[in-house]
Amino acid sequence: MGKKLLIGLAALALTAGPAHAQISDGVIKIGVLNDQSSLYADLTGQGSVLAARMAVEDYGAATKGMKVEVIFADHQNKADVGANIARQWYDADKVDAIVDVPNSAVALAVNQITREKGRALLVSGAASSDLTSKACSPNTIHWTYDTWALANGTGNAIVKTGGDTWFFITADYAFGHALERDTEAVVVKNSGKVLGKVRHPLNTADFSSFLLQAQASKAKIIGLANAGGDTTNAIKQAAEFGIVRGGQNLAGLLVFLTDVHGLGLQTAQGLIFTESFYWDMNDKTRAWGKKFAERNRGIHPTMIHAGVYSAVTHYLKTIDALKTDDGSKVIAKMKETPTDDPLFGKGTIRADGRKIHPVYLVEVKKPAESKYAWDYYKIRATIPASEAFRPIEQGECPLVKK
Amino acid sequence: MAITRESVTLPAVSTTPRHQYVAFGVMLAFFVVAPFFVYPLFLMKALCFALFACAFNLLIGYAGLLSFGHAAFLGSAGYLTAHSAKVWGFPPELAILTGTATAGVLGIVIGALAIRRQGIYFAMITLALAQMIYFFSLQAPFTHGEDGIQAVPRGVLFGLLDLRQPMTMYFVVLAIFVGGFLLIYRTIHSPFGQVLKAIRENEPRAVSLGYTADQYKLIAFVLSATLSGLAGGTKAMVFQLASLTDVHWTMSGEVVLMTLLGGLGTVFGPVAGALVVVALENYLAQLGAWVTIVQGVIFVVCVLTFRRGIIGELARILRKPL
Amino acid sequence: MTTVFGIPTQALFGQLLIGLINGSFYAILSLGLAVIFGLLNIINFTHGAQYMMGAFVAYFLLQWAGLGYWWALLIAPLVVGLIGIVLERTMLQRLYKLDHLYGLLLTFGLALIIQGLFRNEFGSSGLPYSIPPQLTGGQNLGFMVLPNYRAWVVAFSLVVCLGTWYVIERTKLGSYLRAATENPTLVRAFGVNVPRMITLTYGFGVGLAALAGVLAAPIYQVNPLMGADLIIVVFAVVVIGGMGSIMGSIVTGFALGVIEGLTKVFYPEASNTVIFVIMALVLLVKPAGLFGRER
Repeated sequence: MGKKLLIGLAALALTAGPAHAQISDGVIKIGVLNDQSSLYADLTGQGSVLAARMAVEDYGAATKGMKVEVIFADHQNKADVGANIARQWYDADKVDAIVDVPNSAVALAVNQITREKGRALLVSGAASSDLTSKACSPNTIHWTYDTWALANGTGNAIVKTGGDTWFFITADYAFGHALERDTEAVVVKNSGKVLGKVRHPLNTADFSSFLLQAQASKAKIIGLANAGGDTTNAIKQAAEFGIVRGGQNLAGLLVFLTDVHGLGLQTAQGLIFTESFYWDMNDKTRAWGKKFAERNRGIHPTMIHAGVYSAVTHYLKTIDALKTDDGSKVIAKMKETPTDDPLFGKGTIRADGRKIHPVYLVEVKKPAESKYAWDYYKIRATIPASEAFRPIEQGECPLVKK
Repeated sequence: MAITRESVTLPAVSTTPRHQYVAFGVMLAFFVVAPFFVYPLFLMKALCFALFACAFNLLIGYAGLLSFGHAAFLGSAGYLTAHSAKVWGFPPELAILTGTATAGVLGIVIGALAIRRQGIYFAMITLALAQMIYFFSLQAPFTHGEDGIQAVPRGVLFGLLDLRQPMTMYFVVLAIFVGGFLLIYRTIHSPFGQVLKAIRENEPRAVSLGYTADQYKLIAFVLSATLSGLAGGTKAMVFQLASLTDVHWTMSGEVVLMTLLGGLGTVFGPVAGALVVVALENYLAQLGAWVTIVQGVIFVVCVLTFRRGIIGELARILRKPL
Repeated sequence: MTTVFGIPTQALFGQLLIGLINGSFYAILSLGLAVIFGLLNIINFTHGAQYMMGAFVAYFLLQWAGLGYWWALLIAPLVVGLIGIVLERTMLQRLYKLDHLYGLLLTFGLALIIQGLFRNEFGSSGLPYSIPPQLTGGQNLGFMVLPNYRAWVVAFSLVVCLGTWYVIERTKLGSYLRAATENPTLVRAFGVNVPRMITLTYGFGVGLAALAGVLAAPIYQVNPLMGADLIIVVFAVVVIGGMGSIMGSIVTGFALGVIEGLTKVFYPEASNTVIFVIMALVLLVKPAGLFGRER
């Protein structure tokens, strides 16, 4: 795929005018940096690479005379590995933009390096709301979702429907703490109470002990401030211990389509959480979702994949208008330009780098309600873009003029 | 019983054999010229790991002690260097020194506890203590857990050399590596080194000759730990990051891999092993899980048919110790 | 934060029971390791990967052959045990004359290969495997609901562990095995086929790991990394129990499960590490382990 593109573009490049002289090395190189082999591989991984490539194709970069190359690497959820790859990409491999970067620790490290080198970072996978607060940067845009949006969406919805006492089971690292902190704030703001918390090490196989503690607290809601394998393990085991039958409800604070697929509807039914994209929402997302699934071994896209597609599309559009791929300039222009793509609809990007779009409160269907493959969610509510994300005044971003 | 290297029996040499000067020269020349052709950051990584592997090799190749917890020294030195440079504002030379000293102290503590046992029990104690260091690193607020200590400033060395310039940093790292390497070399070829070898080959006999084996082993352990710390501190400066990876038990496994591949108990083996392993990881990073598979294959092949390692085989062909 | 002393006794009993359940996994796994080390002097680092393969075989049997849990309990240990025998014959046998730390390095390398291959193929989100219908549901004990499946795990593990102990320590076959490890030449002179016994014993130990894997499949996620961090914990259990002692690993396995369970109540972040603290202490005071004999 890449070779054909390059040969075609090489021919075009010969006829291209001086307008392309400002694209560094004549190639727009996009690096997809994410987890290709461990607990987040299915929700980001090769799917994100595919999403990036689809964005390049659908934008018609070839016909517009833009040479675009997409490469990828596995950061293995380690900040040092991710940082090294980012450094090497920027220094030696002439990469202009890095996209995706799930795992907040890695994202924060890459955020720093991108700023030093003046390139561009489009975060789809990572969650920490610090990326648009203390760690905000003129070279970074935080695309798909963040811990504040999740806490606000899920937390608010649940408390308002009567879930006013909570017990948290939290992954003991920065992301888990952030999610717990943001959700607790929402619960308390709505006059709810947090009856207890327990922290578990990352990658815990057995939650029985923590679930028992949650059961003993008699909280109406057990909030799972974790992700990936930890969340699915906790949910599976909760079923065994009759948690839901005993009258308590589980709140997954970060759940993806692929997690539901892995759990199966029998176990996951009734789970309520927040996402910013679902493939079966409308005709445009359905069409895209099916195209994606065909090229992704039948696995349908998660919101992270959609975010990569949307971000790369907007990035290319901006470069086309600006005729340069200088990171700081492109990001600045991206913030000024409203976004429009078939997946997220119309949206904007704020000065602190936060992409704004509506988010959705979803509930997992019962097995009987699911009519076809990957028909997993019903959309319970839409949270409008203006309310979905943390108000800009509440963040601590120095880029925002007060 | 200790892991012994299978080698050709050699007469005892008290002066440095000429071919080892040549080998050293080749190695030095390579590292001086390479940064002009190869991405310097990659080479710096290789140099730091080479120093780490050499330090580890001192313990296993010459003292015959297999430690499963060496990551504790690499990682904690990294954390202390990063913290002192970033939060306490130390200049780079003091920061690295702080890290190295930390590893040294840790080496004394862990060594004193572990030396009492031998063989697999020694290895297990080092593993257990290293796991506790990992736990401490995970929980202590100053290490920032999974985030690690990021954006460590490189600063200006001795007030003269601006380490933010990649080439300057590179040659400083090279100097540190050469210093450590020469220190290990002198140790191996000193009377102290001879006693260590004697203890490794036959401890009861060495004891009967009047040497307190435990003291010698402890000194070797602390030396190994300190130099591992030097490698760790330097690495934290190079990458401007200190993270949990460096204290995780799989890092202890990696250094075993590098030393085994290069050749246990050879002088230049660990350097070659480190270079190959770092290059492999870099090259295979695109292929995700294949990195672990290839590492596993190397382990298996080395243990079954390639026990002498790269340099060990080379030495056998040349019939000279390397 | 969880309350420290205000924890009601009901909840405490619940945690102890959970600890016992986890302990049974530790017991079976460390039993396999102890058999292999105690009798064969092989440090089998591949144990975690073989545990994982057992769970995967159970998954495959269900997906491809429609054979359920009860079949898997029988077939998985045999299949993985056979793979273990092949490994032993082709690779481990060559290392017996060398320091047994080489065996450790080899099995470590094999574990990396096996885990890497599975990860390549199956990712690491985990594959679903449901609890067999005969064992779903739970008993309400008042202080908690005890899932039937977990009760079964404890009972079954106890039977397997005690059965193995009995065979090794109290039967003629077991005595041949123990004799062969102490003095293989002499036993061979008696006409016993020592290499074959060693091979079969390794296969048996590996089969035990796979059995633990099948037991784990319905509770934990069937995923390529399930054995990776478990292996050093199981090692610690074996070391604490005493590397040659079968009864030692069984008792220690259950005991450590309970201790870990209690830690999860009072200081959950340390639950992964408490075993190593104990291991360090035991090694310093009694290096042969609580039940072991110094070699």
